[in-house]
Amino acid sequence: MNIILEVKNLSVRLNGEDVLIDLSFDVYDGEVLAILGPNGAGKTTLLKALLGIVPYEGIVKWREGVRIGYVPQRLPFIKDVPLSVKEFFQLENASENEAGEILKPIGLGKEILKKKVGDLSSGQFQRILIGWALALDPDVLLFDEPLTGIDIGGQESVYNLLERLKETKNLTILFVTHELSVVYRLTDRVLCLNKRMLCSGAPKEMLTPEAISNLYANIVKFYQHKH
Amino acid sequence: MSQFLLSLLSGIFIGGAAGFLGSLMLPKRMSLAAGPLGHLALPGIALALIYGFDISLGAFPFVILGIVLIWFFERRTKLPTEALTAVVFATGVAVAFFFLPIEQAEAALVGDISSIQFSDAIFSIALCILIVFIVKAIYSNMILINISEDLAKSQRISVGRYNLVYLLLIALIVALGVKVVGGLLTAAIVAIPAATSRNLAKNLTQYKFLSLSFGVLSSAAGIIISHLTSLPAGPLIIVSSTFLFVIFIIFKR
Repeated sequence: MNIILEVKNLSVRLNGEDVLIDLSFDVYDGEVLAILGPNGAGKTTLLKALLGIVPYEGIVKWREGVRIGYVPQRLPFIKDVPLSVKEFFQLENASENEAGEILKPIGLGKEILKKKVGDLSSGQFQRILIGWALALDPDVLLFDEPLTGIDIGGQESVYNLLERLKETKNLTILFVTHELSVVYRLTDRVLCLNKRMLCSGAPKEMLTPEAISNLYANIVKFYQHKH
Repeated sequence: MSQFLLSLLSGIFIGGAAGFLGSLMLPKRMSLAAGPLGHLALPGIALALIYGFDISLGAFPFVILGIVLIWFFERRTKLPTEALTAVVFATGVAVAFFFLPIEQAEAALVGDISSIQFSDAIFSIALCILIVFIVKAIYSNMILINISEDLAKSQRISVGRYNLVYLLLIALIVALGVKVVGGLLTAAIVAIPAATSRNLAKNLTQYKFLSLSFGVLSSAAGIIISHLTSLPAGPLIIVSSTFLFVIFIIFKR
């Protein structure tokens, strides 16, 4: 398998505080990688460092010419702008046709293009954000907490969407999550993070109750699924 | 060209450009920033009045100085921007009153477009056209930056450069605005048209267009009423703008 991303000795300091310390890992083409860790572990910062939007030390090397789509955790200010879904796609120079094409795989109809972004349900909005990242036809999707603020039904449909994307588009997906059940269903590999990298490997090997309680420092109790 | 027409045209262009730029400031929660910057321009306006040069030329360097100071304090302290802005703008007003010629205080505080010189008018109109074109060019990316700087950066938009252009545009519009509505009322010509438009617009295209239109409309109304009544134009422009704001709130129900 080809390496699509190489990270070596990555450290991030923000406002005089160590947020990430000496991370090294590789990501392979078509891999689905989950980044796990407690609050404040630096998960979001890791994604931002990979995107080059926070300053860092060390090496972040993407394969040349790789296109990256980013789905941020929240966009609280978007409701301040009177923006239709179509116009939201136009902000990245996606034409109405391209935007329309994207809607089908994320399970939305064309009529949504005329709606105001501020009037969408949180599930619809999350799909639109995914669609927005997909409109640029990326090779890699960086996904921050895909399921925050979405009800159970909405969560299920976002899982399904991710699963479908993985199968049909051969996307490499890196996502930050708290939801261990998604990790079992979707991911090839997990990275456990708490400022430093605590583990890396296939979810079934890594996510033993001991490892989890170690990672979350006994905050959560979790029992391995029996399949 | 008659003096009235000259002031009407200048007012319309400045009002339109201010409304248009204001539509970018509202979602960034910066509508009020033009207020302190206008106040801060007062020492510059006072100097211009004393030495008889164009008040926009006097205002501009002081607005830039204010922006630089706020930016500098922001880097050096952890205080919120409002607090720093308050420090800087109050100082501007205080300093202005040491040497503002009191008989010309009205022109400094609430503007005086009715006596605009031909060359000033041409210069202002040209500058407004330039501002509108630049705002149009940076609009999409500025909106994306307003929504999320991270998302914009992930699209490889250089956020710092856009913000710099945006701040320069604000400085320019404040410097032009003090001519029309004075140092006290500049926030209103960027804030009110955009607020009125925000209440009505269903999408971004309407929002942009309406912000510019309300800016033009209120300036025209204020200057025409001023011509008929000999009340000062600056305050009349603001009151017209507020009138439109209220009318459309009622109309919307």
